[in-house]
This record gives sequence, structure tokens and C-alpha cells, in this order.
Amino acid sequence: MKLSREEVLHIAALAKLGMTEDDIHHFGGQLSNILENFEVLKGVDTEGIQPTAQANSVCNVMRDDVIAPSLSQEEVLANAPKRDGEFFRIRPVME
Amino acid sequence: METTNPIPALDYETVIGLEVHAQLRTRSKMYCSCSSDYANAPPNTHVCPVCLGMPGVLPNINRQAVEYAMMTAQALNCSISQYTKFDRKNYPYPDLMKGYQISQYDQPVGLGGWLNIEVNQKIKRIGITRVHQEEDVAKLLHRDEGGMAYSLVDVNRSGVPLMEIVSEPDMRSAEEARAYLVKLHSILRYLGVSTANMEEGSFRCDANISIRPRGTDKLLAKVEVKNMNSFRAVFRALEYEGERQRKVLSQGGRLAQETRGWVEPEGKTVSQRSKEFAHDYRYFPEPDLPPITPSSAWVENVRAMLPELPEARFNRFVSQFGLPVYDANLLTENRETAEYYELLVSSDPEVSPKEISNWLVGAAAGILNTSGCDIIDFGRRVNPQNFTALVKLVSKAVINSGTGKVVLEEMFDSGKTAQTIINEKGLGQISDTSELETAAFEVIRDNPQAVADFKAGKAQAVKFMVGQLMRLSKGRANPNMASEIITRKLGEL
Repeated sequence: MKLSREEVLHIAALAKLGMTEDDIHHFGGQLSNILENFEVLKGVDTEGIQPTAQANSVCNVMRDDVIAPSLSQEEVLANAPKRDGEFFRIRPVME
Repeated sequence: METTNPIPALDYETVIGLEVHAQLRTRSKMYCSCSSDYANAPPNTHVCPVCLGMPGVLPNINRQAVEYAMMTAQALNCSISQYTKFDRKNYPYPDLMKGYQISQYDQPVGLGGWLNIEVNQKIKRIGITRVHQEEDVAKLLHRDEGGMAYSLVDVNRSGVPLMEIVSEPDMRSAEEARAYLVKLHSILRYLGVSTANMEEGSFRCDANISIRPRGTDKLLAKVEVKNMNSFRAVFRALEYEGERQRKVLSQGGRLAQETRGWVEPEGKTVSQRSKEFAHDYRYFPEPDLPPITPSSAWVENVRAMLPELPEARFNRFVSQFGLPVYDANLLTENRETAEYYELLVSSDPEVSPKEISNWLVGAAAGILNTSGCDIIDFGRRVNPQNFTALVKLVSKAVINSGTGKVVLEEMFDSGKTAQTIINEKGLGQISDTSELETAAFEVIRDNPQAVADFKAGKAQAVKFMVGQLMRLSKGRANPNMASEIITRKLGEL
């Protein structure tokens, strides 16, 4: 199944990735390949088999509602591309 | 020539479904151990690598949050899923550090419940589609510095446990939507699972509203309304939006499927065109969190923890205390008031529950209104025994009810008992016959005209003289005795 140019651009936009013409071609081919492999898997008869959401069989892992120390404000903001006092500063977003 | 025959506006009915997000009252966050008390902390201080979506971190489910969601689902008559899992909801917005929200997609905690609302004395059942678990997002602050706009991010709120409660599109008016919200709010407060404060954002409501020709099941464009921050706002916004949709159609326009925001000061909804991007959340199972398979023992334990809910309490107040529907409604609206009332009633079995109700929904409610206190503060200042003792003093005519109100205010201000205040201020009702006889004598002596009126057969004159006696005693005379003595004395003239 060959992905169209528009489909590749849509997926890139959802992931907030900028794409050059070369990228569209390159990743479009790779994604198409992956989808082709899923086409093969689709051929398997899965009638009566429960869908798998988890690869291992672990269930019911939960913690108690107890507070543990957080990072310091300095640590939290240490990797901020842009910092403004006690905040991360980012480009404007409008609701 | 062909004439168009548009359907008159009256032939449309409104269809409303509500989505409520409620923050859960846990100490720590949903998937990590940071404190969830985001409101009282400096920005970005309740944050850890999980909150920041750092690579390699592992979220861990807060059991208490799951229990709260299960509790809510059961209170809303949902069935609890035997297998429930978490999913990633992907969307690129800077209030989500990870780039996705951990939510629940196709196997939520609870499914298929209902609650009852009452509108115009009619009970109506509203379906609950689902109750699921998710997490809150970071808070964005928008700034504008000399024309240069930017945003600030505070991650404290990110990861605070949220529960989403989705209703069926069963409501047919803004009034029904409001009744549903009030009921749901009351249930969450009774359960104690959420602070459910609409103004502070721990209880939020979005609505889906559309109209359709009455009697059909074909829905026209569905409009999502957001940004309603109070019960009143929800009511007004949905009233407005239903009317707007009818108007668009009656003017020959077409309705668009869109998201609209309620603009409170202008009293209208406006289209939010910023989200042109069709939602494509690409849900998939959260690989970092194992599913939950609640054991029947756990589900039953949670069911056993359910407190008496507002409806059951209302019914009991009517049957056990013989209260009118009006009183029972007011008293059971919130759990704290209902509990305080029960403390009052049980503190002295000799005082009638209806008398106590009169005082609580009357004078006490007045004090709450003017002071801005809530019932918990009130109960701390006026302990149940003292309150009931006051009601008893009035019913035994030691003081009259007007004086009682003044005494209650004083009790609220000073914390003193009713009897202490009455003694200190000499407020006791005068039931002493000799004192009243003397006062009656003075009234008759000083009001010859009234006496003449009485002799001329005017019954009103007695009332006038009792009034004079009350004035003379500064309102402390026992009115029944005063009337009796005056009537007798006039008869003896």
C-alpha cells in the first residue's frame, strides 16, 4: 500500500515535523513498507481471538496515594529552551 | 409560483449531552508521586521527570484515583469493567509535555449508568455513557509585551487525576442540563471524590448541543460549547445556543458542525475557528501501564464505601423526619448541611425536626448568606447542642422567634450558648403574670381612645393594645399571655 504525498504530509503535521521534498520521498517509502507488512499480517485469521493491548501479562500494578519529593524548580527549568522567571516560555498559543 | 414552507421554529427540539471533567481529590498525581496541590504552590515546583515527559520514565497508576473513579461509576449506576486499560491520546499542544495525554479509550472504568433529575416536578432518567480516568494538563498563561505575544507554562497541574463523565444526549432543554449538572455535582461532593469547584476549575463542563425536527431522530449539525464556568453560564449558554440554531435555520441558513466558546460578558457563543485541524488523536494502548482487572472483592469493597447519596437521603428526610419536600431538598443539597441537620435532630429528641429545619433553612441560611461562611464554619461556631437548645427556648416561649434570631447571630459571633446570651442581655420573654398585669394596667390607663373603641365593639382595639404592651416590654412579653390579660382586664372595666 503506497502512501500518497498528502498522507505523508498529514502524518508529519500531526507529529509537528517539517519535511523537505527528499524527506517526503524517503519517509513516505519507509512508511509504505511498514504498512505493506501490516497488510501481510491482516491476512491472518484472528476470528475469536481477543485483541492484545499489552505484550506481557502483568496486571494491576498500582501505587499508594503518597507524595514523594518533586524536582526543584531549578532542575525543572534546567533544560528549558527558553525560560522566563519561574516559567517555561514558549511561542504564543491561542485557545 | 412555488412557495417555500419552512418548518416553524417551534417544531424543533433541542438535544443536549454533557461531558464533565472533575479533578479527583488525591494527594498525589495520577501517574507519579508529585503533590497534586497545584493551586497553592509556586509555578513548576510539583514537577518530576514523569510530569515533564522525559525519555525513559515510567508512569505508575494511583490506586486511590482508580478507586474514586470506580466509586463514582457505581454511584452513577454504571457497571464496572472487569478489564480496563489506559490509552495514549496524541495531540500536539504545549499544555501536554509528553505530546499525548494518558486517557482511556475503548475500555473505561465504568459504562452504562444513569442518574435521575427533577424538572417541573417530573423525574427524568439521564443516561451516563461512561466514566473514565485521565490526567489534567499544564497551565498556560498568555502574555503580550508591547505587541509581542508569548505564552508561559506552569507544569504543576499536569498529571493531576481527572475523571471524565459522559452523558447520553438525553437532555432536551438548558433547564434539564442544569439539573443534571447540579445533581452530578452534588453526588461527587457527597462521595468526597472531588472538590468539584466550578469557579476554580476542578469541575468543568462541555456541552454538545443540536436541534432536530421534533419527532425525528435525525440530528442536524452538532455544536460543542466550551468555556462555561458556572451552572448559570451553562444554562445561559445552552439557552442561547438552542435559540441561535433555530434562528439560523428559520432565516434559511445552514448550521455548521463546530466548536463554539461561551462569552460570558456578551452573553453569546462565538465560533472558535482556531482548531481547523480535524482531530486525529491516533489513540493506542499505553504500553507503559498495565491494564487493571478489578477483582469482585475490590468492586464490592468500593460499593460498601459509598455513602448515602442525595436522593436516598432526601427520601429518608421526608419519611423519617416528616419534612416537606421543600425542606428536604434544601437540607440534602449538600452533604455537610445534611449532616449538620442530623446532628441537630439527634442532639435533642424533644425538639421537632420540622422546627429545627425552619431554623436551619431560615435564620441560619440568612447568616451564611450575609457572612459568606459555609455550613462547616457555621457548625464550628454554633455547635449542634447549642443550636438545638436555642430552638427549644423559642418553642417553650422563653424568648420569641424574633429575639431568637438575634440570639443566633450573637451565638455565631461569640460562640456563647443561647442561655448565656439571654441572661447577659436580659432577653428572656416575660411570662411572669404580675409583671404583665402591671404593664397591661399602664397600657389601658394611657390609651383611653382604644378603650372607648373596644367598648364600641371594635375587636381591633385589643390587638392595638397588645402591640402597645409589646412595645413597652421591648418585645419581651409573651404575646399570648399579654393578649389574654388585656382582654380580661378590658372585660372587667
